[in-house]
Formats: sequence, structure tokens, C-alpha cells
Amino acid sequence: MFFKTILTAGAIGLLSTASYAGCGIDSGSVRIGGNDFPAYQAVAEAASQCSGGGVTVSVDLNKDHKDRQVASLTANPAEFTSSLANNSALSALMNDGLVRPLNNLIAKHASGLQDMQFVTVDGEVMAIAYMANAQHLFYRSDILDAAGVAPPKTYEEVLAAAKTIKDKGLMEYPIAGTYAGWNLGLEFINMYLGHGGEFFESGSAKPAVNNSKGVATLNMMKSLTEYMNPDFLTYDSNAVQADWEAGKVALTNLWGSRAGPVTDGEGSTPEIESNTKFTSAPTVAGGSRPATTLWWDGFTVATNISDEDAEATFKAMMNGISMQMAVANAEKANWLIKGAQPNPAGVGVLASASGGALPYPMLPYFGAMHSAIGAEIVDFLQGNETAEKALEDVEAAYIAAATEKGFL
Amino acid sequence: MNKKNNWLNILSLSFIIIWLILASVPFLWTLWGSFKVEADFFSKQDWRNAIFGVRTLVETGGIFTLNGYKGAWIQEEFWRAALNTGIVTVSVVTISLTLGTLGGYALARSGFRYAFWILIAALIFRAMPHITLVSGYLLPFFELGLWGHLSTTIVVLVAINQPFTLWMLHSFFSTIPKDLDESAMVDGCTRFQAFRHVIIPVMWPGVITTGLFSFLLAYNDFAITALLLTETNQTMVPKIAGFLGSAQEQGNVMFAVAAVVSATVPLFMLVMFFQRQIVSGLTAGAVKG
Amino acid sequence: MPHHTFFKFIWPSALAMLIFIALPIVSISIQSFFIEHEKVLVVVENCTPFGCKKETRVDIEASKVLEEEKPLGRFNWFGTYTNRNHLAFSELNQAWKESQNFNDFLGEVFNLPFYKALSFTLSYTFIVTPLVIIIGFFIALAVNRLPSFFKGPTIFICLLPMIITPLIGSLVLFWMIDAEGIIGSLLQIIFDDQNLSLKASPTLTWVMLFVYGVWHHAPFAFVVFYAGLQTIPRDALESAMIDGANRWEQTRYVIIPHLMPLAVFISLIQLMDNFRVFEPIVGFNAQASATSLSWLIYNDFRSGDGDMLFGSAAATSILTIIGISILMTPVIVRTWSANKPVIGAR
Repeated sequence: MFFKTILTAGAIGLLSTASYAGCGIDSGSVRIGGNDFPAYQAVAEAASQCSGGGVTVSVDLNKDHKDRQVASLTANPAEFTSSLANNSALSALMNDGLVRPLNNLIAKHASGLQDMQFVTVDGEVMAIAYMANAQHLFYRSDILDAAGVAPPKTYEEVLAAAKTIKDKGLMEYPIAGTYAGWNLGLEFINMYLGHGGEFFESGSAKPAVNNSKGVATLNMMKSLTEYMNPDFLTYDSNAVQADWEAGKVALTNLWGSRAGPVTDGEGSTPEIESNTKFTSAPTVAGGSRPATTLWWDGFTVATNISDEDAEATFKAMMNGISMQMAVANAEKANWLIKGAQPNPAGVGVLASASGGALPYPMLPYFGAMHSAIGAEIVDFLQGNETAEKALEDVEAAYIAAATEKGFL
Repeated sequence: MNKKNNWLNILSLSFIIIWLILASVPFLWTLWGSFKVEADFFSKQDWRNAIFGVRTLVETGGIFTLNGYKGAWIQEEFWRAALNTGIVTVSVVTISLTLGTLGGYALARSGFRYAFWILIAALIFRAMPHITLVSGYLLPFFELGLWGHLSTTIVVLVAINQPFTLWMLHSFFSTIPKDLDESAMVDGCTRFQAFRHVIIPVMWPGVITTGLFSFLLAYNDFAITALLLTETNQTMVPKIAGFLGSAQEQGNVMFAVAAVVSATVPLFMLVMFFQRQIVSGLTAGAVKG
Repeated sequence: MPHHTFFKFIWPSALAMLIFIALPIVSISIQSFFIEHEKVLVVVENCTPFGCKKETRVDIEASKVLEEEKPLGRFNWFGTYTNRNHLAFSELNQAWKESQNFNDFLGEVFNLPFYKALSFTLSYTFIVTPLVIIIGFFIALAVNRLPSFFKGPTIFICLLPMIITPLIGSLVLFWMIDAEGIIGSLLQIIFDDQNLSLKASPTLTWVMLFVYGVWHHAPFAFVVFYAGLQTIPRDALESAMIDGANRWEQTRYVIIPHLMPLAVFISLIQLMDNFRVFEPIVGFNAQASATSLSWLIYNDFRSGDGDMLFGSAAATSILTIIGISILMTPVIVRTWSANKPVIGAR
């Protein structure tokens, strides 16, 4: 008995640095699907520890998970019993009722969850969040010092700081932004929310972006692009990060999940890394909310599976988001899990959240709006049309898509 | 006359040299860069870093590093993807060619108008964007429990590959004289026996050329394999795309570069090996009938 | 060949195509005439880790009832085809009425996503296809003149651009043509312009994509032409020489006519592949300046996290097939009237 305990402990120790208690599942099939990156891998890995006996846990993480999530959960039985999701993925799943409310399971099996982790819709918990992410300001303290400006708190200050840096010849293109495709749509959404804008007429799916706030948003984006590399419309996060690590950029609004990688001792010089600082996303136009959107990542449980599998899945996922997992993987994400140490690279996300930034909207028709924005404001940024015309195009493109989806 | 010919020779030689440079430099560049770190190969400071490996020296202590290869093959288990690609490619090529030779032969010998229309239909089928087809397959495959298996992907790739295979092989069989198999049939063979004993021995050049194109399609496919396979069954190209990261998350770009180089090696060998056959196959396809 | 023998030979191939291509095409064309049921929306309170907010959601129970009655959705005729994101008839009509001159009108037309994509797709098809054929032809001629010792390795290198995965090939080139990359920097030196960037201007982005397309496809034309050159009967060339034909005349009157059927075959395949241009746009992150029909389809599938715009994508797919059919009609008619196979016909 003694030896057995030692052996088990040793085996668990080999599998992971933290040891996991039994999950208390007798039987069932757990099939986890999600996007593929280190934080999700850590959660899935911890959930896999529940495998054994009558329980099978399979994990399938794929970068294109969002393209297949609806189809895979529509099938009966669903291909995945749990789909790892974020704000926008959850609304796609809920549109077709593909994920089940977790209230009963929480009452029976959950302990140690924080209230803030519950993603509730009309009182029903649809997902349990375990990590947070947001775009926020990255700045180079040495360059700002040399330019004699303080870290900017508003986008107006960002523009002023960029002008000083450029005029003093410190950098040619001091600002970088993720302005390609989907990212561009999100940059508009961030900035528009910072302006206090509303995307829809209240309580309906009718678009309402063609207004003075929308125009101001576009003009601010255009002013920022004047300090960006002329290739800005091809810049995704990878390109921004590369420019940052090469020391070509002093100010950018980049993902919190990229804060660790730019200070990890790889790809850059110690001088750049030690002067890379993070803070809340700036506010804009005298507003009080940081112009960014907050994202959570969480797990869901599929509707089209047996109750037994749902229960097993829930228990396994609770093990996946245990405190031990969060402690052992502290640097991989900004965990929302109780007892997790704050991630040193997470100050920007925290500051943006405590500054009152809004979450990415969880509206059923928001995906259509997002892609309409990303596609239609390009003409304005290229200088081919007016801001009003671009916003008119956004609304028209959205209306066509939303009509097809049955929202209008 | 001679002088003019010399000029022509120089012109044609310089043209071919320029093309050879254009065709090979990106490959040599990638091969060389795969032994560097990301900050060098994708340097935003100075492209010469990719040649001299300035940051590689700082980060790894040497001018060359195997980190990309180690990361891809050992840490990310790229060999699994390589194995899957092997299975998929070999199966797709074999099955495509088997079905294609039978169908192509029939089309070439039919003599009825409907054979022509089948060929046209095949062309229209080939016009369908693959991504639309895949999105259509997703739900039925999940419903039927067929999703994620290598065999499903193989069947889909074979089907998608059929129109091109049929066209190539039909054209090829049209150039094989009819008398060949018809005289065998006069001697009492059935159509199938004639096919087996007379046509199969002479069809290899055309089959090898067609096979190369099937191979490239199966080997390089992204749209279908990315969405239809589970992680453990993933083939090389989607695996490489997976290394590139997403909006929120940094990827391992150097793993991708090393994996690309690794994935190109079999293609190199294939072309080296079959180069003569590819050309002779196409030649045979156009030989006077 | 009797019908039943024909059938015996072709059925496996035909079955595979029927199930995996024909059936989806039928289902897609049906789907393109439908739009989803009107969703029943309710306003509820949503809470996330970042606070609570009143937001709308789909009333699943109410929406399900509608769906079970008519699973395909609402019949919309050609509504999806003619809406703004596709053929945009009413927008075109309005633009025609409101624009002062023809240029104005064209500006309005190319502001619509479908026509924007179509203009790039057609330009790409009609610029890349002939260039591929011409360059492939000259490479084949040049390689054919080499001493046989060099032929093998040369053919091998010439084929390289064709065998690389488009997604990866364009990614590597994307970095090389960056203003800081090797090709981008060289171009800056050659044109003596410090600010030259291929990615910044829409025109240069188009040119870059065309060049990539030619680079990637020329080997295909080369290898087909090269094989064709091997089959030119020696006596034809020799008799031309005896008649006093110079090299140009030999090429013009012997080689080109001989290779014509192959050129038709190549243009058929190339027209089709180029009309579906997609990977380089993604690889070069060029969607701001250049979109193609296939890219529109991809975008419809990607929008909404798997909650795809299936009808819209279906409509664009059908329009793509129609477009390709129109492009290929001349070639098909030619084949039909000649009543002979395209490749290898002599």
C-alpha cells in the first residue's frame, strides 16, 4: 500500500509539476475541443488527468476550432462534450442552443469557483471563465523619456507623443496597430466603444454606427495610421510583435497575451525588453472607458450529449481549471482562478479591466457586424472615400448578412 | 547566321539563368534561414541578419541552431504529421490512379457523346471552390461519426482529385492507338482482359505524370485536411499552419520554417527521382496516335 | 464501347464524384435560395467576469419551433444573389441614377464587395494566364537548347516553385518582399526610393500577387511544353531548315502549331485555377487591397465563429462556377466542334 502510494505520487509527479487529486468520476466520455495555444493546452492537460477506469478523456485542440465548433456540437451526439470558448465563440454556440446551462452541475460539483467566473445569460450559467485577455497599451519607457513625454493616458496623448518622437527623429513610425482583416474590425470596435458608441438601436439588430461617434472613431484611427508603417493594412499581431521586438515601435495597443512573449528574452535585445512597459488601454475623446474590449476564455458543456457525459465533462473540466493548474502555469495567461498568482505581464489587462473597459459584446448578430466593419472601413483608411460613406457601407454590408441570418 | 545564333544562345542562356535564380532563391533562403532564430530570419532590422545570424549568435551561442527542427520534430511531434501525410498521400495516389485509369480508359474508348459530357461535367466539378465543399461536408461527417478519420479525408481527396485525373488520363489513353486493344479483343479477349494485358503495360508514363499531380494535391492540401482531421491525425500542412499562431497568441514561426524545409525534402526527392518519367510521361501523352 | 462495359469501367470514379462533388453542388445551389428563419430575440441580463449588461439573445425555444416546421429556412428566390453583398442590383441601379459621369459610376460599382473581388479575380486570371503560357514556353525552349548534361538539374530547379505549398510559399515570399526584407530592400535600392513598399499601395499589391502567380504556375506550363517539344518530329524541323527557314520561322511555323493543343490544355487548367485564386491573398495578408471571389467565400465561412453565412457563401460559390463556365465556353465549344480530346490531339 505504501509503495503503491509512492508509485502513484511519482507517476503523477512525472506527468505534471502539480499533483492532481482524483476527479471523482466513475464513468463517461469526455471530449474536449478548442483553440490551440499554451493556456488551453494547460487546461486540457490538467483535465486529461481524470482519464482512467471507466473514464476516457480525449483532447483535440486546433487553431481552426472556431470554424468547426458549430458543426461539431450540432451533431447528435456532439463530437466534443466541451468546447473551449471565448465571448464571440459562445454567442455563436448559443445562437443554435448548442451548449447547456450549468447551474445544476455547479450546485452539485463545483467548489472554489469565484462568482466572477460565471458567464450567465438570463440567470443561466452558460460557461465558466478561467482566463482574461485584452488589448492594452505597450510603450517604450526609454523612448518616451528621450522624447520627454509621460506615458499617454488618452489617444490624443498617444498622437502627441508620436509626433514628438517622430519630430525628434527617434523613430520614423512610432505607432503600430493590428490593422489587417479581422483585427481591423476589432480596432474599430475598441475605439468606438471608447467613444461611448452603441452598435445597434437598443433592443434590436438594426445597425446604428453611422453617427458622429463613428466618424470620430474613424478619424482617430486615420490619425494614428499617419504614424504607422505604410504597410499598416497588412499588419497582424505577429507583424506588430516583430516590429516591437526589433525596436521600431514605441507605442502599440496589443494583446495582453503577447506581453509575456515580448519580454521573454527571445527575439529582442535586453535593452528593448527592459524598457517595454504595459498599462491600461488609452481612453479617447474625453471618455472614461479605456478604448478596448475585454475577452474571457472559458469552458462550455454541449447540449447534445448524455447527462452522464455532461457530468463527467464538468468534473473533468473543473479539474482542468484547478488552482494547482493555474499555479503551475502562472505565466501562460491571466487566470481568473481563485488562488492564482497574478501574472507579471498582466498589469495592462488588469488596469484596462479596472478602468471600466467593456467586454466584447456577446450579441447573436455581432459577428456579422464585426466582419462588415473589418471589410468596409479599409476604403476610408486608404483615402478612397469619406468616413460617412464608409460607415454607410458598413451598415449596408451588415444588413445584407443579418437579413440572411434572420436577425432583421 | 552564326553570329545571330550566338546571340540567340546567349539570350536563351541568360533567360534560363534568371529563371533558375528566381525559382531557387526562395528555397535556398528558407533552407539557410531555418537554422537561424526568428529575430534573424524574419529580421525587421536588417535582412542581412538572416545571412550572418547576428541574433542567433546572441541567443544560442552559435551561428547555426537546430532549435527550429528540434522544436518541430521532438517537442511538437512533427513526425506524427509526416506519417499521416505519408498514409494520406500514398492512399490518395493509389486509389485516384486506379479509379482514374479505369474511368479515363472508358472515356477515351467510348465513342459516344455522353463521354464528352461527362468530361465537361468533370470540369465543372473541378471549378467548385474546395472550401465550399468542405463546409458542406462538416455537419454530415460529424452526424455520421465519420469526421476526423484519415480514411474519410482520403476518400474526399480522391473524389476531389478525380476530375483532373480523368482529364489527364483520358487525354493520355486517347493517344494510345485503338488497334492495340481492339486487335486483342478480336483475338477473343474481353474488354477488361484487353485492358489488363495490352493497355496496362504501356500506360505507365502517363500514369506516373498524372500520379505526380495527384501526389502534389494530396501532399499540399490545406483546405480539406485542416478542417476534417483530428489533432492526432493531422497532416503536415495544417500542422505547419498551426505553428503560425493566431491574433492573440504568438506562434512558433521558426518551427514552421523548419517544418516547411522538412516537408519539402520528400518533394525534392520525388522530383529528382521521377523527373525523367514525368517528362517522358507527358511526351508519351502527346505522341502521334 | 458498349454502354454496360463503359459503365463497369467508370462507376467507381463516377460514384466518388457524385457523392462528394455533385451532391454537395446540388445541396449548395438549393441552399443558396434560402435564408434563415426570422430569429426571435429577447432582451436578457448577461453577466461575464467583467460585469453585467442587458443584451439581446436568441430565444432558442421559439426559434426552434420555426426551424422544425421548415428546416431549410425561408425561401428567398434570388434574394441572396441580388443583395448588396453579391450582385447588388438595386445598388447598381441607384448608382447609375445618381452618378454624374461614368467614372463616378465605376467608382460606386467597385465599392461593392462582389464587383471589387470580381475585378481582381478577372485581372488576375487574364494577366497571369497568358504570362504563364508565354514564360513557360520560353523556359521550355531555352531548356531544350541546353546540353543534355545540364538538362536534368535544370528541369529539377525549374519545377521547384510549383511543388511548394501555396500557403507556405507565399508566406516566405511575404517576408522577403517586406520593406525590410531582402527583395523589398533590393527594390528600394534599384528604384532609388527609400519609401517604396510593395504592401502599402493597392496597385503594387496587385502587381506582387500577379508576379507570385506567374512564379508559382509557370513551371506547370514549362513542363507540359517541354514534354511537347520532345515529340516534334525531327524531319519536320529539318525540312523546314532545308527550305531556308530561320529559327524564328521554325518556331513560328513548326513548333508553335505543334504545341497549340497543349497551350489549350494549359490555358484551360490555368483559367480555372487562377479564377479561384485564394491562398496568396491570405498568405500575403492582402485582403485590404485585393479580394477574390474565393476569398469572399472564405470570409463568409469565417465570420461569426462557425455560425457561417452559408447561404451567402453558397451563392458566391455558384456564381464562381458560372463565371468559370463562361470563361471556359470558348475552349469547350472548340473541343466540341473539333470533337476530339484537347490534350494530345494532333
